[in-house]
Amino acid sequence: MTKQVQQLDRVIIRFAGDSGDGMQLTGDRFTAGTAEFGNDLSTLPNFPAEIRAPAGTLPGVSSFQLHFADHDILTPGDAPNVLVAMNPAALKANIGDLPRGADIIANTDEFTKRNLQKVGYAANPLEDGSLAEWRLHAVPLTSLTVKALEGFDLSKKDAERSKNMFALGLLSWLYHRPTEHTIKFLEQKFAKKPEIAKANIAAFQSGWNFGETTESFSVSYEVKPAKLPPGVYRNISGNQALAYGLIAASVQSKLPLFLGSYPITPASDILHELSRHKQFGIRTFQAEDEIAGVGAALGAAFGGALGVTTTSGPGVALKAETVGLAVTTELPLIVVDVQRAGPSTGMPTKTEQTDLLMALYGRNGESPVPVVAAMSPSDCFDAAIEAVRIAVKYRTPVMLLSDGYLANGSEPWRLPEVADLPDISQEYTTAPNGDDGAFLPYKRDTETLARPWAIPGTAGLEHRIGGIEKADGTGNISYDPDNHDLMVRTRAAKIAGIDVPDLEVDDLDDDTKVLVLGWGSTYGPIAAAVRRIRKDGGRVAQAHLRHLNPLPANTGEVLKRYDKVLLPEINLGQLALLLRGRFLVDIISYNRVRGLPFKAEELAGVIQDVIDSE
Amino acid sequence: MSEHINGKGLSLIPKTDVKQTLKDFKSDQEVRWCPGCGDYAILAAVQSFLPELGLRRENIVFVSGIGCSSRFPYYLDTYGFHSIHGRAPAIATGLAASRPDLSVWVITGDGDALSIGGNHLIHALRRNVNLNILLFNNRIYGLTKGQYSPTSEVGKITKSTPMGSLDKPFNPISLALGAEASFVARTLDSDRKHLQSVLREATAHRGTSLVEIYQNCNIFNDNAFEPMKDPEVRDDIMLRLEHGQPIVSASKAVVRTADGDIEVVPRAEVSEDRILVHDAHRPDPSVAFALSRLDEPAFQHVPIGIFRQVDRPVYDVLMAEQLEEAVAQQGRGDLGDLLMGGDTWRIG
Repeated sequence: MTKQVQQLDRVIIRFAGDSGDGMQLTGDRFTAGTAEFGNDLSTLPNFPAEIRAPAGTLPGVSSFQLHFADHDILTPGDAPNVLVAMNPAALKANIGDLPRGADIIANTDEFTKRNLQKVGYAANPLEDGSLAEWRLHAVPLTSLTVKALEGFDLSKKDAERSKNMFALGLLSWLYHRPTEHTIKFLEQKFAKKPEIAKANIAAFQSGWNFGETTESFSVSYEVKPAKLPPGVYRNISGNQALAYGLIAASVQSKLPLFLGSYPITPASDILHELSRHKQFGIRTFQAEDEIAGVGAALGAAFGGALGVTTTSGPGVALKAETVGLAVTTELPLIVVDVQRAGPSTGMPTKTEQTDLLMALYGRNGESPVPVVAAMSPSDCFDAAIEAVRIAVKYRTPVMLLSDGYLANGSEPWRLPEVADLPDISQEYTTAPNGDDGAFLPYKRDTETLARPWAIPGTAGLEHRIGGIEKADGTGNISYDPDNHDLMVRTRAAKIAGIDVPDLEVDDLDDDTKVLVLGWGSTYGPIAAAVRRIRKDGGRVAQAHLRHLNPLPANTGEVLKRYDKVLLPEINLGQLALLLRGRFLVDIISYNRVRGLPFKAEELAGVIQDVIDSE
Repeated sequence: MSEHINGKGLSLIPKTDVKQTLKDFKSDQEVRWCPGCGDYAILAAVQSFLPELGLRRENIVFVSGIGCSSRFPYYLDTYGFHSIHGRAPAIATGLAASRPDLSVWVITGDGDALSIGGNHLIHALRRNVNLNILLFNNRIYGLTKGQYSPTSEVGKITKSTPMGSLDKPFNPISLALGAEASFVARTLDSDRKHLQSVLREATAHRGTSLVEIYQNCNIFNDNAFEPMKDPEVRDDIMLRLEHGQPIVSASKAVVRTADGDIEVVPRAEVSEDRILVHDAHRPDPSVAFALSRLDEPAFQHVPIGIFRQVDRPVYDVLMAEQLEEAVAQQGRGDLGDLLMGGDTWRIG
């Protein structure tokens, strides 16, 4: 039978199953094949915080969404074209996101009476006609897998475990994905268990062959490689890009990297990644708690290292006092906050932009800290280098904001040339700077207002620093009222004076009335929404802030250039509050805090409403 | 001079040929403790001890937390970091772990080390980073003006406990031994000779050394250690711990009981060969722990000296070895190779 091949420009697939079903791995492998094939792509893993929630329940559903296309794309996609549902819970949890007419590939073996009851299905939705408006492919994935592995010396349970690879094989056939990498990957992953490796490869190939032969799938689809700018690409997640950015910053600043960190979702992968690269002279210290993590990083910075701590919101709260100490001792320090849904423990695996005000103001006293935010998974690399540049040049702690969406999401990354990376090195101070050979630890650079960084081991520059207010110049303890006023203002002026590039505006026309402003991970959905508006003939300008403190010098002018400024945020309007107060511009806020990124369609609707209200 | 002096504890720290004196270690800052505070004696003892080490002054760092004792670094002309409450062991850990060429000291108090910073202290001890921790124990909160501390005796009447404190105090020596510390000692602010002899061993020890220093707060808890200073009784209650020597005071001796415990008995009642000989290098900490329990109730008999001094792998050395091993296995890190290291593809 010759099957029809249909050309598509883009596809959104969502793999959904129990948290034990291996959906993240399945998604990862499909992504790797897609990257290798040369599509542009964007991914959105979505999983529960529990390692293994009760099997078959709604809280236990784990999913992985992948958007791939023959052109450049900006988001993991709004609504899936295909849902792979490994059990009734996965169907129920995801069917609401699935547009009518989309494909559903359901594992019929798991649609048992008991599993249906667990999630409140009175009747089997695969049989009662309730899915009539979708294209349902009922496939007994589990039993087909077990049958395919009959020749292997495996228990039934072990054989069943390979059903995700069967599903991956089927989807790989359906979308013409290359298979070599997945086979190689399985061989490596199970190198010590060759029987398991062979079984998984067999399951994968059986899934492919099933697609080829079954009548359930009459069409397969092709999405041509994307025409992206020339270069070498790899697929990368935000956490990995951020770790690489820190390594690059260590190389480019010529400072040994010291990471003090405590495991926390969704930031732990940065600790894991950096721990694997000790050949760069990187010291990774898993501390007893969040406070010790940042404390050790600051201690290392005092000793001349590039001190870094990585965490998420609850950890930032615990580190606040030490960050204040870094502010007043004016030492370089990087605090990475991979934001997650709060307050308190909140929803650890879900994304949010709700730590902005904490990053800016969450310390006692006047305690200004530069804040840099990454806007896409691969941009975490550049954002990390920029954060380090500021920290080292101005001798200050810097907050680097990522979030759960960027951390775990991935996209193709055009690799930079190492030679093109900026030189961000600064010299330690090695000579006295005062009269008669005296060393004044708080005598500042007249341009940057940075103080000298004189590290232990440097003869003649022995000095003491600390959390108590210091006299200007000498750094000695001072309770003098005028000195304190001067020091508070000087620290503020130093941060306010950081060299930050102007805010660039993407505006195609002269008389555009509406500006959409964003910061952080909303870049993709906002840009995708702006494209939709423009495609339909609408006019809208877009600008995105990387620096939240200090803001680019032209921010106020940009805001005032437009009749209306729309600011979508995954919080209740934190940046809007700041901009309204500072620039007296009546920002229109759009806020959702659902633990998920915005959808492009949703934002396009919001933008259109603002345009229409002109 | 001990067998350990100039041993491996200082082996990675650059030496100076210049003769140093106490004056070299005095900073130009006015010392601002209350007149009569025990901290003065400790400061003078440390300042006069440091020249003996012969280290380059710029390779010595004092890190402190918050409290009266934590002002200590300001008065020494070395590098210094007066940090925040309880966190000095964490900050010093980052410094010492990344700079094995530094002699890093932590100055802390009973509130700083055992209340707010208790977690950092125990983890520093178990990790065994190269640090000298001097714990000034005055059994009171001084800087906040006289609340009871985690080493105050039960029933302590203070501003925050007008009817007496309720919680059982920590014994810092027992705590440190429980945390697997490799060097644990106790000394006294007013006995400079003993204090300096302990510091000598502590600096020679590579790893974390914890030195509890009984320190008098003459404002809020005066005479807390009076029995140890009173010429009438001190020689009877203080049990001198010296490695290889019988554990005795002027009138008492430590012996093993039939059930394996230890007890203090009048020295005249036992023959010399029954007296427990101190073995600070014993790998098993149980005898050291038993010795630490002898001053319950407080001041009947107080062991003083080095409870434990054992060789254990040192964190900063192990960490540096891992970096070397990584380079040996993979070569020195190359950024271009790292970036190209995944599954890559070329367009155009």
